[in-house]
Amino acid sequence: MSSAERRLDTGQPGPILSGPSATARARSGGWSWLLGLILPLALALGYEAAVRFGWSNGRLLPPPSRIIGTFVSLAASGELARHIAATVGRVALGFVLGVTAGTVLGALTGTFALPRRLLDPSFQALRSIPSIAWVPIFILWFGIFELSKVLLIAVGVFFPIYLALSAAILNLDRKLIEVGRIFRLSQGAMIWRVLLPATLPAYFVALRTGLGLGWMFVVAAEFMGASEGLGFLLTDGQMTGNAPEILASILAFALLGKLTDWGIVLVSNRVLRWQDSLRPQR
Amino acid sequence: MLQFSAVSKRYASGLLAVDGVELSVAPGEFVSIVGESGCGKSTLLRIASGLEAPTEGGVLWNGKRITTPHSEIGMVFQEPRLMPWLTIRENIAFGIRALPASERKSRVDRALERVGLTNFAAAWPRELSGGMAQRASLARALVERPSVLLLDEPFSALDALTRADLQDHLADLWSEDRPTVVLVTHDIEEALFLSDRVLVMRGRPGQIRATVRCDLPRPRDRGAISFATLKQKLLAELHRSIHDKEGGGAPSNNLKKVVGYV
Repeated sequence: MSSAERRLDTGQPGPILSGPSATARARSGGWSWLLGLILPLALALGYEAAVRFGWSNGRLLPPPSRIIGTFVSLAASGELARHIAATVGRVALGFVLGVTAGTVLGALTGTFALPRRLLDPSFQALRSIPSIAWVPIFILWFGIFELSKVLLIAVGVFFPIYLALSAAILNLDRKLIEVGRIFRLSQGAMIWRVLLPATLPAYFVALRTGLGLGWMFVVAAEFMGASEGLGFLLTDGQMTGNAPEILASILAFALLGKLTDWGIVLVSNRVLRWQDSLRPQR
Repeated sequence: MLQFSAVSKRYASGLLAVDGVELSVAPGEFVSIVGESGCGKSTLLRIASGLEAPTEGGVLWNGKRITTPHSEIGMVFQEPRLMPWLTIRENIAFGIRALPASERKSRVDRALERVGLTNFAAAWPRELSGGMAQRASLARALVERPSVLLLDEPFSALDALTRADLQDHLADLWSEDRPTVVLVTHDIEEALFLSDRVLVMRGRPGQIRATVRCDLPRPRDRGAISFATLKQKLLAELHRSIHDKEGGGAPSNNLKKVVGYV
């Protein structure tokens, strides 16, 4: 039973227009997220001061100003853009492949019993293998170039999508399906008008998890030996003892990860607005 | 004419949920089936809706056997079962996609007005109270203009005040265009308040054991003496049906369960 339905069953006399979180947000005026910035900013400024005053030499842990400086100079030289383009390209391709395979197979095993009995045990077994364990065999099978990297990312993205969709379809509320049957929906209409919207919330959560894993796996993939990409920049920084370069690429990963995740959240807030409990009062 | 002809349903477990039920419901008649939980009354309704198939016999609508859900037969469930991703307006229009847009709009507007939800047309189901959601569910069934309305304990999950309010509402709606209604309930007062005829069903095996006619003038008054008298009669009928079965012994727990709702 979904949370929306549970709220319907409370039998309260009046309309339920706002949850507790809505009032909390209204009270804090929408600025409460700034509170979360206090600790990291204080630490950064504190460490910056420590290096300036000579309490720390800042060689292995460079102060924020040096990291940002490296980041800016990498960006200005066009180096950063080249590495980001390589990494983003791999993640995008791997993500699309993983999502496609996860969606098709998840829908198949969620809907039909035979494919589920046939395929699901194998997928569950494969899922428990740590990502890095695939690296050597993927290099043997698919070479050291793009194919092995993209496939590794696709494997990482595949499992959360597959698992979430398969489970969402299996656990679909039969009561809503019956409403569809009462109104004599065709099989296609049942999928489009009941099954798809009902599984979308779980699917969007899985997309976010999958994308997060995609970013994780791209690092593993680029450790396999890449000549460009943010993962290459990390190993390069390690080889040359260039700590600011390592931290600048970590910063780039953080920004990219957050940005792409935010993109999915924006789309999902739009598509799933029926679920959003923070709708303004009428 | 809705006709149940020797309807039986045996589940794979061997349980005989419905055993040879014979029942004719005249056009425009309001019939209630009362009985304790698990007596097979919901199964009987689900067979009439086409959601479940009987193992023997069948339900005929105007002489034709019902095998799948039918556009002239509407159904309201115990829970509202609204699609949480559709607004109330879209939920009510759920079953009439095939109609032209203008016809669809005028029907939904009318249905919203009839169930008093005009101001909530754009709301999401989660924003509605239980009673309002169930009224939307009723509107969704009405908007298709079915000749038969099947109601499966539609008010049992609501609090007493909301329930009485919705019963009044249903009585009004029924008086306006007189569909054939089969209501399944475990609430004897609800059955008497709404019906032309109340059938008493008993489980294991699920059979109809008694019938009480209910000719009180409408709109009915739950507090009237005639209403109380009829309730006594129905209770006596319940007693008799149970004692017939059990050879005049003490009232069973099942009877207490049914009486407990009065």
